[in-house]
Amino acid sequence: MKDETLSVAVQNGNALSGFSRLPSSNRRPASGWRLIPFLVAALVLIPIGTVLSSFFAPASDIWQHLVATTLPGLLLNTFWLALGVVSGTALLGVSLAWLTAVCEFPGRKFFSWALLLPLAVPAYVTAFVMLGLFDFTGPLQTALRAWLGPDSWFPEVRGRLGVITVMVLAFYPYVYLLARNAFLTQGKRSLEAAQSLGFNRTQGFFKVALPMARPWIAGGVMLALMETLADFGTVAVFNYDTFTTAIYKAWFGMFSLSAASQLASLLLVIVFALIVVEQQVRARMRYAESKQSARADRITLHGWHAAAASALALGTLFFAFLLPVGQLGIWAASSFAQDFDARYLEFLWHSLLLSALAALLTCTVALLLVYAARRHPDAATRNAVRIATLGYALPGTVLAVGMFVPLAGLDNWLGEMALQLFQIETGLLIQGTLAIMLLAYMTRFLAVSHSPIDSAMQRITGSIDEAAMSLGLNGWAMLRRVHLPILKSGIFTAATLVFVDVMKEMPITLMTRPFGWDTLAVRIFEMTAEGAWEQAALPAVALVLAGLVPIILFMRQTEK
Amino acid sequence: MQPLLELKNIRQAYGQQLVVNDLSLALEKGQIGCLLGPSGCGKTSVLRCIAGFEPVLAGEILLNGVKVSGDGVFLPPEQRHIGMVFQDYALFPHLTVSANIGFGLHRLPQSERAPRVDELLQTVGLADAASKYPHELSGGQQQRVALARALAPRPDLLLLDEPFSNLDVSLRERLSLEVREILKGQNATAILVTHDQNEAFAIADEIGIMHRGEIQQWDSAYNLYHRPANRFVADFIGQGVFLPGKVLDPQRVEIELGILTADIPHQCAPNDQVCGKDCQVDVLLRPDDIVHDDASPLQAVVLHKAFRGADILYTLSLPSGASALSLVPSHHNHAIGEKIGIRLEADHVVAFPSS
Repeated sequence: MKDETLSVAVQNGNALSGFSRLPSSNRRPASGWRLIPFLVAALVLIPIGTVLSSFFAPASDIWQHLVATTLPGLLLNTFWLALGVVSGTALLGVSLAWLTAVCEFPGRKFFSWALLLPLAVPAYVTAFVMLGLFDFTGPLQTALRAWLGPDSWFPEVRGRLGVITVMVLAFYPYVYLLARNAFLTQGKRSLEAAQSLGFNRTQGFFKVALPMARPWIAGGVMLALMETLADFGTVAVFNYDTFTTAIYKAWFGMFSLSAASQLASLLLVIVFALIVVEQQVRARMRYAESKQSARADRITLHGWHAAAASALALGTLFFAFLLPVGQLGIWAASSFAQDFDARYLEFLWHSLLLSALAALLTCTVALLLVYAARRHPDAATRNAVRIATLGYALPGTVLAVGMFVPLAGLDNWLGEMALQLFQIETGLLIQGTLAIMLLAYMTRFLAVSHSPIDSAMQRITGSIDEAAMSLGLNGWAMLRRVHLPILKSGIFTAATLVFVDVMKEMPITLMTRPFGWDTLAVRIFEMTAEGAWEQAALPAVALVLAGLVPIILFMRQTEK
Repeated sequence: MQPLLELKNIRQAYGQQLVVNDLSLALEKGQIGCLLGPSGCGKTSVLRCIAGFEPVLAGEILLNGVKVSGDGVFLPPEQRHIGMVFQDYALFPHLTVSANIGFGLHRLPQSERAPRVDELLQTVGLADAASKYPHELSGGQQQRVALARALAPRPDLLLLDEPFSNLDVSLRERLSLEVREILKGQNATAILVTHDQNEAFAIADEIGIMHRGEIQQWDSAYNLYHRPANRFVADFIGQGVFLPGKVLDPQRVEIELGILTADIPHQCAPNDQVCGKDCQVDVLLRPDDIVHDDASPLQAVVLHKAFRGADILYTLSLPSGASALSLVPSHHNHAIGEKIGIRLEADHVVAFPSS
């Protein structure tokens, strides 16, 4: 979903609105194309329907037990976490965006791109590094105790504040990116207009710049909130119980898939409420869009103002990126000799293979969707596409449950049918394969690949097709010589984003993988569960390196 | 009477490049002034200095006799009580039309705000659009909202930066007359910046022609056209050609087409000397200074013609080979290459030292 933000920020909504269309009258109706968006939408609706239907399922003993014991705590934990992350990311993201977009202070140019780097570090990686460093047994507290005595007080790192801090550090770039984009496109003209109407700069910021950027800020905060609700790895590392960890525990600890899906249904209801709000925010972003005005001078900060600005940017960068990555490097170096073995290469191979397959599948489906929408530019198709790309909002744990339940059911049914009709013992046809996992990935990351491919498709206008036809190209020739060259970079971006997202993905992989199919992310989960931070570092380094790729891509794109 | 706005020898530069050079001007209350010049002449910089968005490097700016810029004094823009209409309007996209107009009324008591907004909505003819958002308005409507927003707090001075450049030509003319009426109706003092002379003529009482950061001439539209102070102004305003001439006496100058009789402006002499007998000068002839007359012995060949509806602008080749312009009623339709009779009909002389 991170990369969804990137592309949203780049295209600034124009990919979301409108589809350029061919005159479809001179084409024969292709019923196959017509169906594709609806089939994909159905694929997204199946897990949603499965999970929601369990909301109304009869309450089992385990469920009643959960309601009585853990549910109030879960709700409370989720509430505080959401509140903390929302206010933290808003405050940090908006102030950094304002400083780098409008002001001038030492290091401003460097910070304006460097502050995006934390996007490369998965939140659960930041989480375990922070725990390793600042927990009771970590080097900092040990040193402090040695210095101040054994009874010295230190804030509880494992508590609520710790999780919130880590998530704010991991998710503030969403707000930063979108708010900065808003401040940059506003230009200084509106501030000058406010000044000419008798407001000073500070008043102007609160009366004009901030309200004008509000849809973007809200969009960024919304993404941070969705990531927070979907997060599994971070809260698992901190042992901070939320819905996602509870779903996992109900399934793999209490072996109650029904309780897991009932928990998932509650989480889904919360997420749905968010989706509704988010769609409205997006619509407003489109309307409030102002054209880029000439860049006037920046507000130059002096003295301690400038020092404070630099310190805030440097501090954020240090704790969100430099410290975790540096510590990872140290740990990885020390554990490299014993951990870099055939098993590590197997994790790596699994991760790469899964990511490649998922990228291939997701981009193919996204391409089909985009072409289908181009051929049939009607409201029904548009709505189907909207539903099909809704999966990015569904937490991985919810998707895992929602995909597993119906497909496992289908698997059993197929097995029974084969046994009854043909007297063949088929065993498990689906559950032993990567199918469930790949379908769940596809559902979750379709929006990530759809957005860049769709915006690339906007560039192929109807007249381009007509020009190609008038020059004697048709069918495959047109696809090969006209469409593919234009779509190429969009497809490449989409594939990269999905590839990296799948590499970092944790809950779906953990819950739906075939037995023994461990990836880098799974390895990190298992090692951090045992507090073996050094062992988790090596796979984490690979993920961070992969995570840097889309950020570099994004920066090169914006520099153009 | 003390002028409302006074600029004394102001100077402004971007980096090494001087964009405003020793510029002075004064504006009386209720007057509409205009800075007219080609792009890059520094006119917008002057406006931004007056508004307080830029400091001045030298010189000073006085508002109602109080120094607001210069000699270490710098009053921030929000305290100058100067309204501004921006080239791109800079309307607040998150506010409705009435909220945009009412934005600067925060110093007014709550009870007086709504009536003032309503009054301005009426003035600019947008009462129906009060609750719309800027993106729902046409360019001309946005322009009027920008004007109303700037006028609402009754600023001492209103600055308009190329206010019509984003509009199409037909709308431009209509709106510029409308804006003049609105400004005069509100008894506003204003400075307009533009590169379009028709706009300047339509709105302003006094116009300053700017070139290379300096005001070449500050005058009424009539004088700029008929009494240009120098060659740049003569070239920039209207059309015309220069023909070499010889001064016969202080009342008469002889050119190829005959003898012009009028007071010869003193600026025709180099270095402020008096222009005496036999002094060589260049005489400016406007297209309306040469009229078509079939009976005239003077003949010229049609080089080009531009049909303009009511009349035709002919470019003529004179016997000496020099070319001249003539504005002729359009029923006198002559072909290119044809010889036509012409006659001088100028009641005053614009002449500059021979170059």
